[in-house]
Amino acid sequence: MIETRNLLVRFGPVAAVCGLSLRAEAGGWTALIGPNGAGKTSALRALAGLAPYEGDVLIDGRDARRLGRRAVARLVAFVPQKPETPPALTVAEYVLLGRTPHIRYLGGEGRHDREAAAQALLRLELERFAERPLGSLSGGELQRAVLARALAQEAPVLLLDEPTTALDLGRQQLVLELVDTLRRDGLTVVTTMHDLTLAGQYAERLILLDEGSVVAEGTAAEVLSAPNVAEYYGANVRVVEDQGGVFVLPVRR
Amino acid sequence: MPTPRVEARGVGLRAGLVAVAFLVVSLAIGLAVGPVHIGVGAILRSALSYVPFLHVNQPLGAVDHAVLWQLRAPRVALAALVGGMLAVAGASYQGVFRNPLCDPYLLGVAGGAGLGATLAIIYASAAATGSTWTVPLAAFAGAIAAVVVTYALGRSVGATYMTGALILAGVTMATFTAAVQTFVQQQHTQQLQNVYSWLLGGFSTATWHDVAICAPYVAVSSLALVLHRRVLDVLSLGDDEAASLGIDVGRARLTIVVAATLGTAAAVSVSGLIAFVGIIVPHTIRLLMSTSYRAVVPLSLIAGAGFLVLADVVARTVLSPAELPIGVVTAFLGAPFFAIVLRTSRGAR
Repeated sequence: MIETRNLLVRFGPVAAVCGLSLRAEAGGWTALIGPNGAGKTSALRALAGLAPYEGDVLIDGRDARRLGRRAVARLVAFVPQKPETPPALTVAEYVLLGRTPHIRYLGGEGRHDREAAAQALLRLELERFAERPLGSLSGGELQRAVLARALAQEAPVLLLDEPTTALDLGRQQLVLELVDTLRRDGLTVVTTMHDLTLAGQYAERLILLDEGSVVAEGTAAEVLSAPNVAEYYGANVRVVEDQGGVFVLPVRR
Repeated sequence: MPTPRVEARGVGLRAGLVAVAFLVVSLAIGLAVGPVHIGVGAILRSALSYVPFLHVNQPLGAVDHAVLWQLRAPRVALAALVGGMLAVAGASYQGVFRNPLCDPYLLGVAGGAGLGATLAIIYASAAATGSTWTVPLAAFAGAIAAVVVTYALGRSVGATYMTGALILAGVTMATFTAAVQTFVQQQHTQQLQNVYSWLLGGFSTATWHDVAICAPYVAVSSLALVLHRRVLDVLSLGDDEAASLGIDVGRARLTIVVAATLGTAAAVSVSGLIAFVGIIVPHTIRLLMSTSYRAVVPLSLIAGAGFLVLADVVARTVLSPAELPIGVVTAFLGAPFFAIVLRTSRGAR
């Protein structure tokens, strides 16, 4: 479980996030949505302890500031929008780096670390790729390797910044389904998302940010209304709702 | 379903043996080759005669013994220490700044050492107060001072842009110290020869005394860098991801930079400026073996030592009895060798 109270993230004099309060439960998926520059990524970085913030971030009820960097890394795994994937590193070596918060500063991996990394590879069906260099993987395979590294961290909270950027439609669904399986196993998932339809399909709770502030919050049906999308994205859309969920379809102006 | 084998490659037995064999052969060549011929067997027996309880007789006459242990051995030892240090520092700088073109002189070590040595050669010897310590000490102090200023300058822009700013600050510092050094040198043309031969680098005057000055720094620095090999792999994921894995990126970077700089400054102070070792040795290992720092850092240390010993053999034999500056040799041999490695391994990864 991860919670923020009155989160404020500044970029110099500008507040990128202003007074965000959210509560993401274990086994839940919360999506931060909003136009470019709304503060989604800044909020996620603050949750991961990567950006200085005011207000509180509580992980399992404990103040993140008091936990220290390593302890936070054992509780929160963060996948940036464009992860660095050194092309010559093998998938296995890359996933093993996810064990860093569990290893002493100058130490090496033990048997348990190798087992945890192997489990992460199995979980994301990457066992055939273990010895392959990252540079030889396709976009979808690479995103799975990145998820496996985050999974090897064995952290109960998973933060994903735009997990489906640069993937085709099929790979987007594949990756999001994988994340959903991890969520059902009890992970707390918080993502930022650009695709509103996909956000509505996977996240049970959406938080719409604009200029750093929360402007709408709730289920897909509550947040993804045509007026909301028109007002905050400046986009002309038709919103279709049926048993399959909420679909946000762009319509030419 | 079988569990996949998950292993970090590290150095590996074969690569480790090849590297150690290369170093041993290089050391043997370094000790055996020279105007006075001394066989490898005699060198080995002479070395063993110093081991207590083995009762091996000293096979060498007084002259050969002095040539071997007072001229060649300190020279070979110093070349090995300096070569290993420059290569391991280069590999570490490349990792910490995530830039393959970084060399150990990046943060102004070379310029600072050059200026320090020039000042010492001109003013200390002019005042006739120079001892064997003066030039190395001045070079060391100059190198450290230059890096401290570079670091302070790079830091002043804040953490976000620090990596790029540090490299720019290093370039600024190198240009500035080179300008001052050239100015001072031109004011004292009678010392030009001495200054120039120091700047070009070499081991022609190596003594056990130099080895003793340099060895503790090289030992501590290279140990610290070898211990950081996994941290360097984590840093290769970028600052954000390394921090999200629980690494204090600023502190890790500072520790690695301090270790690499101290070792490099000590190496430079006893050998002058030897170009190229810190770039070609780590990259050759990356191209031939592995890009993981768990392999690159320890193998650079061993291969760098062997490489510079061999380069020194070439420097002192090609125009014997005259000597080539070793920097000329490292560049002349290193550049084509590296070009071959680059070409043959292209597409292999």
